[in-house]
Amino acid sequence: MAYTKRIEGRGFDETRPIEAKVGVIKRADGSAMFKIGNTWAYAAVYGPRNLHPKFLQDPSRGVLRCNYNMMPFSSYNDRVRPGASRRSKEISMVTQKALLPVLNLDDFPNSVVDVFIELPLTEAGSRCAGICAASMALADAGLEMKDLVSAVSVGRVDDKILVDLDYSEEAYEDGPVADIPVAMMPNLGKITLLQMDGEVSREMIAEALEKARKVCGDIYEVQKAALKDKYPQMGNNE
Amino acid sequence: MYEELKNHVLGLLAKGTRLDGRKPLEYRQPIEVKKGYVPSADGSAYVRIGDTELIAGIKLNVDKPYPDTPDEGGIVIGAELYPLSSPEFETGPPSIQAVELARVVDRGIRESKAVDFRKMCITPNEKAWFIVLDICTMNDGGNLFDAAALAAIAALQDCTFPAYDGIRIDYKTRTREKLPVRKAPLSVTVLKAGNQYVVDPTYEEEKVYDARLSVAVEEDGTLCALQKGGDEALSDEDILAMIDIAAGKTEELRKLL
Amino acid sequence: MTNGLLAKQREVAVPGEVLCKGMDFLPGQGTYRQGDNIHAERLGLVSVEGRSIRIIPLSGKYMPKRDDIIICKVIDITLNGWRLDTNSAYSALLGLKEGSAEFIQRGADLKQIYDLGDYIMCQVIQVTSQKLVDVSMRGPGLRKIKGGRIIEVNPFKVPRIIGKQGSMISMVKQALNCNILVGQNGLIWIHGEPVAEQKAIAAIRKIEEESHVSGLTEKMKDYLQKSASR
Repeated sequence: MAYTKRIEGRGFDETRPIEAKVGVIKRADGSAMFKIGNTWAYAAVYGPRNLHPKFLQDPSRGVLRCNYNMMPFSSYNDRVRPGASRRSKEISMVTQKALLPVLNLDDFPNSVVDVFIELPLTEAGSRCAGICAASMALADAGLEMKDLVSAVSVGRVDDKILVDLDYSEEAYEDGPVADIPVAMMPNLGKITLLQMDGEVSREMIAEALEKARKVCGDIYEVQKAALKDKYPQMGNNE
Repeated sequence: MYEELKNHVLGLLAKGTRLDGRKPLEYRQPIEVKKGYVPSADGSAYVRIGDTELIAGIKLNVDKPYPDTPDEGGIVIGAELYPLSSPEFETGPPSIQAVELARVVDRGIRESKAVDFRKMCITPNEKAWFIVLDICTMNDGGNLFDAAALAAIAALQDCTFPAYDGIRIDYKTRTREKLPVRKAPLSVTVLKAGNQYVVDPTYEEEKVYDARLSVAVEEDGTLCALQKGGDEALSDEDILAMIDIAAGKTEELRKLL
Repeated sequence: MTNGLLAKQREVAVPGEVLCKGMDFLPGQGTYRQGDNIHAERLGLVSVEGRSIRIIPLSGKYMPKRDDIIICKVIDITLNGWRLDTNSAYSALLGLKEGSAEFIQRGADLKQIYDLGDYIMCQVIQVTSQKLVDVSMRGPGLRKIKGGRIIEVNPFKVPRIIGKQGSMISMVKQALNCNILVGQNGLIWIHGEPVAEQKAIAAIRKIEEESHVSGLTEKMKDYLQKSASR
């Protein structure tokens, strides 16, 4: 069976509406919000700062630590019990791996850069939204980064490769489905997060990566604008 | 460790002012309450007091009533002090600070009987609606107590029942039926620093006070919860004076609900 | 666009952004070359100076540097001196030998000299590759700070807040009759009448926010005049 129409007539290559803002958590060293449809991610960066306990320290460079969490009322289903679940621990880990390649923490031996991601509302694509928010927050915190990191979930629903799966598409039951979150460095073109659950062919993966690349480029423009928007007077004066 | 700051704060208070130029009994601005902030929650509210921001969200649940109240529903309130919201919060199980915050907000709501639990019974001894309310901090600029209490009652006032067919709750379908909320208790925390009383402390001021008293007040002025905190003692006169200040201030906050 | 420059002078650049194409420019601080392109390596302002293109940082935490004069807080007292919070990821040690202009006896009660919670203005004398930081109190103007209050500003704005040869901060001090000490680590000490302190802080925040606006000195002169007369 062919998948022909998405909710609200969204195009196969179209994401849900996106909103991004930088500097939203005053006490943090860097922070950002990234909303995509009904998935809202907030990220706060603290650091480089002291790292305890000592055995976690790396004498050659700073350590990046990520923590992903959904608020208890964030799901359109049952309440999510507070605290780390196996799922959130794994997402924290792949988030850290998605962000680390762009960072240069050589100047901060024995210290830590903490990234905290909280989602008040989640409806598919939460880990990617978290990564988008986190990368803006890291830039906002003034850290050395080769590139930002942009992320989106592409997926296979039936015979189509779609961009930014929503909840109903993830839960599609009338045919094969695969959810493929992808994070990449938009300027350098390299992929830092790739996961897949479902069933696909190699050709589908190739197509999915190509679509992800294009969408991540668009998302990068939004992230860039949000970062620049924090400094409206700059660049206008000579 | 904060001697210098404390001396300065006391000096300013003696001249009737504070670190940010406010008067001792003045709340920060802006104060915002946005009900229905999170669409996935059965009830929610975003509250901002100055730089302090947090969200209270409710998920309703159907469960067996407690044996000693077979025809009543109930409420459970939790608080998360997210490390996102302050350099001083850590990941891990709720700290004692989070536990105290949740329990103090809970007391204000429970003791005032703000929610009519009898109206939340579905089948006595078998099924009743239970409210699970979570307070989640977004930025700790100080005075989480008052912001949390305000958000909790606002979220309760916002809350509607999801569809329920007797077997499963369909959270995606809302009914128009509101929670049976009949009172609106609000909390004001009054601090004592030296001989001065202060409300709505910033996170800096919270490091240098001697004692605090959180007072929950109902619309008609009835007190429904008290919590003393801080390392120093309070006299009877202090307590009564602080209660009077709190009662006056809750009227200001009530206008925002 | 024969020279391949894509970014504009004083424009905000974000990490990864391509600043120029081709080999005409040299990658300076905060940028790097990848093949034909020079990319920004952090969030900041683009600065083109001759053939060199660099990024002026807009934000970030303070990193202790030799010779910096900084305001620190005493957080521990050890056998060898005092441990200090430098408002960075790294604490500093103030050793006995560097503790003061006078000789400190062995066995002296160090609490009497600088107590826990005291703020001091000191100078960084050494930072190792592992970021072990040594500071000294022996030098002109270095002292324990009493009274007043401490605020925290973006350390990258400190040069602007101080101004050329201290001109900007002197303007604030004189207009509002406050004592002000500025640490390179972003901590600033202010001491004056309560209202004057408030105004001084507001003025400093304004300089912090508009640090890259040209004509700021004139603007602040006006601002301070109005502020002082209110």
